[in-house]
Amino acid sequence: MTLLDRGVVLSHSFGHDNMFGGLAILLLFLAIGELLAALLVPLPGNVIGMILLTGALLSGRLTVASVKRASDLLLDNLAFLFVPPGVGIMVHASTIADSWAIIAAAIVASTLIVIVFVGTLQQRLGRVGRAQEDEGEM
Amino acid sequence: MNGFLTSPVLWVTLSLLFYVGAMRIYRVVGTPLLHPVLLTIAALIAVLTVLEIDYETYNEGGRIISFFLGPSVVALGVPLAERIRELRRQAPALVATVVAGSAVGVVSAVLPLLLVGAGESIIISLAPKSVTTPIAMSVAERGGGEPSLTAAFVVMTGIFGAVVGPIVLRIVGVRDRVAFGFALGAASHGIGTARALENGRTEGAAGSLAICLNGIATSILTPPILALLFWLWPV
Repeated sequence: MTLLDRGVVLSHSFGHDNMFGGLAILLLFLAIGELLAALLVPLPGNVIGMILLTGALLSGRLTVASVKRASDLLLDNLAFLFVPPGVGIMVHASTIADSWAIIAAAIVASTLIVIVFVGTLQQRLGRVGRAQEDEGEM
Repeated sequence: MNGFLTSPVLWVTLSLLFYVGAMRIYRVVGTPLLHPVLLTIAALIAVLTVLEIDYETYNEGGRIISFFLGPSVVALGVPLAERIRELRRQAPALVATVVAGSAVGVVSAVLPLLLVGAGESIIISLAPKSVTTPIAMSVAERGGGEPSLTAAFVVMTGIFGAVVGPIVLRIVGVRDRVAFGFALGAASHGIGTARALENGRTEGAAGSLAICLNGIATSILTPPILALLFWLWPV
């Protein structure tokens, strides 16, 4: 197969709802994100990749269909992917043995604070936003 | 026999089998307290301990699985783009809320540990606890924390928020459907969003938007917030 043929096959699979094409696109954005993270942007490479992909999708340069199957596969099973790092807790369990009570207390308190804060703030701001929109429409 | 027990094939296979089994149990019992990830992790640790196999050996197979966390974070761009189109009208309010909520989450998680003088690595690992696991692990790793501790903290945060969050939101009078889902997603990432989705599509959409926006906000805000807090309360 010539290089050109390969390019055609590749772009063909990019354009359609192809699992491997979608995976290639996600990994390409990840690679670009990692590169930018190594060079200048002080953010995790995967988050930069996510922002770039969102931009490409919103601007219409990339169709949702071209990455949908691969992204659904990964996101529907996301929990399974962090099983191995979770097992790593067996190595670090001893480091938190002394402070597990304060950690548990911090998680409980902070989670409650965030839920109440975000819920009430969003309810209030969302109401203001919708009221302004209604006025604008009248 | 030793070669078999230390081969990546065995541990990738067992990870998958235990996860499938844990999903079955979870579907029958139906409480987030028995989250399939927790069951799978506990079962694997038990087997590794009994067979006296260390984590490094397990992780030769494990890292094949966790490699896909990277592209999964990128894949969050798909629901993010879809939700932005869907919830565009409320976008300014949602962004303002999530930025403030992210800062509140990091400070309120870290402050108790700073005040009692816990170890620096534990504090850094706990800071991004409200964010979806792969982003939280990256944030912790870049800051000098321990990603596997972060994974455990994030799952605990998710479960606690998903169980208690809806009750608390009702008590404080949050009836707005977007605010309800957004709060659960911002505090308890995917596990909270799964709970929000049980109430309806709007709640679920708000939750998945919160996961993405909070991931971005927290990865930007955590390093400066931690620097400030460590300056105020040196460890």
